[in-house]
Amino acid sequence: MKKILCVCGHENPEGTTLCEKCGSPLSEEEKGRKLADMRYEGTAIRSKTYNKTIIDKIWNFFSSVKVGVSIIIITLVAAAIGTFLPQVIYVSVPENADVKETYADAYGIFGTIYYNLGLTDIYGSWWFQVLIGMLAISIIVASLDRGIPLYKSLKNQRVKRHENFLKRQRIYGAGEMTAAEVDNAFDLTEEKMKEMKYNIRREEGALLAEKGRFARWGPYINHVGLIIFLFGVMLRLMPGFYIDKTLWIREGETMAIPGMEGYYLESEKFVFETYSEDEQKEEFNQSKKAVNAVAKNYQSDVKLFKAPDDAVPGDTSNLTEVKEKAIKVNDPLKHDGYALYQMDFRLNELKTMHFNLTDKKTEKSLGAVAIDLTNPEKEYKVGKDSKVVLKKYYPDFAGFEDGEPQTASPLPNNPAFIFEMYTPETPKGETSFVAIKQPIEPFGENKYAMKFSSVDTRNVSGLTVRKDKTLMILMLGGIIFMLGVTIGSYWSHRRLWLLKTKDGRLLMASHTNKNWFSMKKDLDAVTEYAHLPAYVDQYDEDQKAEEEEKKLKDKEKEGDNTL
Amino acid sequence: MDKKKKRFYVRTVILAILVAAIAFTVYTTATKDTVPLLKVGAEAPDFSLVDLDGETHRLSDYKGKGVLLNFWGTWCKPCKKEMPAINSQYNAFKDQGIAVLSINQAQTVFEVENFTDSFNLDFPVVIDKTKSVTRTYNVNKLPASVFIDPEGKVVRVYEGEMTEKMLAEFFSSIKPK
Repeated sequence: MKKILCVCGHENPEGTTLCEKCGSPLSEEEKGRKLADMRYEGTAIRSKTYNKTIIDKIWNFFSSVKVGVSIIIITLVAAAIGTFLPQVIYVSVPENADVKETYADAYGIFGTIYYNLGLTDIYGSWWFQVLIGMLAISIIVASLDRGIPLYKSLKNQRVKRHENFLKRQRIYGAGEMTAAEVDNAFDLTEEKMKEMKYNIRREEGALLAEKGRFARWGPYINHVGLIIFLFGVMLRLMPGFYIDKTLWIREGETMAIPGMEGYYLESEKFVFETYSEDEQKEEFNQSKKAVNAVAKNYQSDVKLFKAPDDAVPGDTSNLTEVKEKAIKVNDPLKHDGYALYQMDFRLNELKTMHFNLTDKKTEKSLGAVAIDLTNPEKEYKVGKDSKVVLKKYYPDFAGFEDGEPQTASPLPNNPAFIFEMYTPETPKGETSFVAIKQPIEPFGENKYAMKFSSVDTRNVSGLTVRKDKTLMILMLGGIIFMLGVTIGSYWSHRRLWLLKTKDGRLLMASHTNKNWFSMKKDLDAVTEYAHLPAYVDQYDEDQKAEEEEKKLKDKEKEGDNTL
Repeated sequence: MDKKKKRFYVRTVILAILVAAIAFTVYTTATKDTVPLLKVGAEAPDFSLVDLDGETHRLSDYKGKGVLLNFWGTWCKPCKKEMPAINSQYNAFKDQGIAVLSINQAQTVFEVENFTDSFNLDFPVVIDKTKSVTRTYNVNKLPASVFIDPEGKVVRVYEGEMTEKMLAEFFSSIKPK
C-alpha cells in the first residue's frame, strides 16, 4: 500500500487529503484550494483508494454520491410516470377479461406500452424494485465508506494542528503576543468555552474546543432509519407478515374471510345514513339543495365465526360465534391480529322479485309469485290450481347467443327468467321469457303474463381485511429517520483551535459544519473575553473580492460603451 | 495484506446479502399473484363441500385416486365449453381410478342444477357457498383446474379451457399405477 508522507513526518494512507495528524494539505487538489475541504475531515474515502477486484469495482460504483443521486432521480421520474395512467388496483377489470386488453382498449398503444413496461403496477414491477434495492445498496455502501473513516478521524483528532491547517480554515485570525499573554488567553478561553458547554482539550501550546460532534452523525442515523424502513417493507412479502384483501359481502351471506384462515363472516346489515335537515345549519341546507345528501355513517353489522381448528376449508358445520360488531369507518373489527375495515358499499342489489300471474286481457291477477334470487325454486304455486314453473334463470342477462340467453356475471344486475305458466285455462302451459322491460313470448301470443310488481333489495358491504406485523418496524425506521434529520438539521459540530507558534504569535481558527452565524456569536464572546486576535471569515472575504472584481469589470465594459 | 483480504470478504458479504434481498423481493412479488398456496408438488389443501344430492365430499377421502378439481361458474363461457369434454374424459378414465370434483362458485342451487342437468354430468358437483375452498386454492380466474395425484400432491394447475386431448394427457399423468 502506498503511503503519503506529510511534512510533519506522519504517514497517511493513500487518498488522504488532509494529514491525519497535523491537518496539512497533502493532495495537489487540496493544496490548490484556499480553504480546506472539511466535509470528511480530509480522510481517505475508501472507495477512491482500491480498485482491484470486481467486488471493489461494484463497491466503488455504489459508493459514489453521483450514482446515488442518479438512482434517486431515476426512481422519482419512474414513480412520476407511474401516475400518468391509473394503477392497476384502481382499474376495474371486467371478469375474465385481460388486464392488458383493458389498458389497450382504454388508452390505445400508449396503454399497451405502459402495461408492458410494468408501469401499471409500478411498485410490483421488477425493475422498480431493483432500483429501490440499488438505492438501498448505495445508501449502505456510501454511508459505510464515509461514515467509518469520519468517525475514526474525529475520534482520533489531535489538539495540535499545523499552521497550514489553521490558515486554511474559513475562520482564521493571528496576532503577536508575549508568552504570558498567550497563557492567559488559553486559560480565559478554556473558562469561557466551558461556560458555553464546549469540551476543552489542551496540549503544550495548543487548545481545541469542541461541541456537538454528534451532529455529524445525523445523515448516517437517518440512513439507518431508511434501511430499517425498507427492510420492513420487504418483510411484507414474507408469508404471515402482511395481508391486504378485499371482501364483498351481501346482507344475509356468510363468507370465508380471505387471508384469515378458518374464519367466516356473516353480514346482517349494511347501513348508510345521511344528515337530515334539522341536524345541520340552515345555510348548509340551502347551499346543498342542488347537491346530494351528506353522508353521516357507513356501517356493516357483522358476526365473526370461527371453524374448529381441525375443520377443513368448506366445512361450515360447526362454526362458533367469536364476536358481533358494527364496523364503521375508522372503527374496524379487530381479532387475532387482523382488522376488518369498512371501505366500500353498493346499495340496493336485487334480492327478491315480485310478479303477478296476470290475464293479459282482463288484467286480473291470479296471484303473486315472489322469486328469491338467492335461492330460486323450480316451481311456484299460484292460488289453488295454477302454477308457475321456473325453467331458467339468468342473473345478469346479456343478450342472446345462438338463440340462447347469456349471463355476463353471477350478480343479479339484470335478471331474466324463462317461465312456464299453467292455469286452468291453459293446462298445457305457456312459455314466457321475462327480462326487465322486455318480455318475449317465443311460442306465439300468450294469454297470461308474469307482470312485474316490485322488488326487495339488499346492500353489499365492501370490507378490507388487513393484517400488518411490519407496522412497528416501519414506525421504528421512521422515528430513527426523523431523529437523524433532526440531529443533522438543528445541531452543529463546532470547533475552535488555538495554536501558539514559535515566533511568538497566537493563531486561532474555527470550523462548523453549518450555522456559521451562531458559531461567530460564540467566537465573538470568547474573543472579547479572552483577548484573542481578531478573526476574519475568509469565505466572506473571497465573496466580497469576487464582487469587487465583477463590478470593476462591469465598469470597464460600460467605459467601452461610452467610447 | 491481511487487512485487504478482510476488506474484500466484508464487501463481498455485504453485497451478497443485499443482492439476495433484492432477488427475494423481485421473486416473491413476481410469483405472488400466481397461486402462492398451490405450488406444483405441494400437498393439495384438504377441504369438504356438499354436493347437489346433499352428500359431503372430502378431498382426503379420494387418496389413492387421481383427482381433478374443476372450478367454474355458469356465466363463464370457457367453463361451459370444456364441461362436455371433462365429462367424456371422466367416463373414459373413471375405471382407471380418476375422480372429478366440480366446484361451483357460490351460485344458487337452481342455477347449478339447471346447468348440470343440461350437460348430464356424471361426476359430483359441489357448491363452494362461502368461497372458502376457492380462496384456499387462490383461484382468481375461471375456469381453473387442479390435477392431484394419488398421493395427494398437486401435479398441475391449469387456467383456461381444456380440450379432450389435453384432458386425456393430464388424466394419464395422474392415474394410479
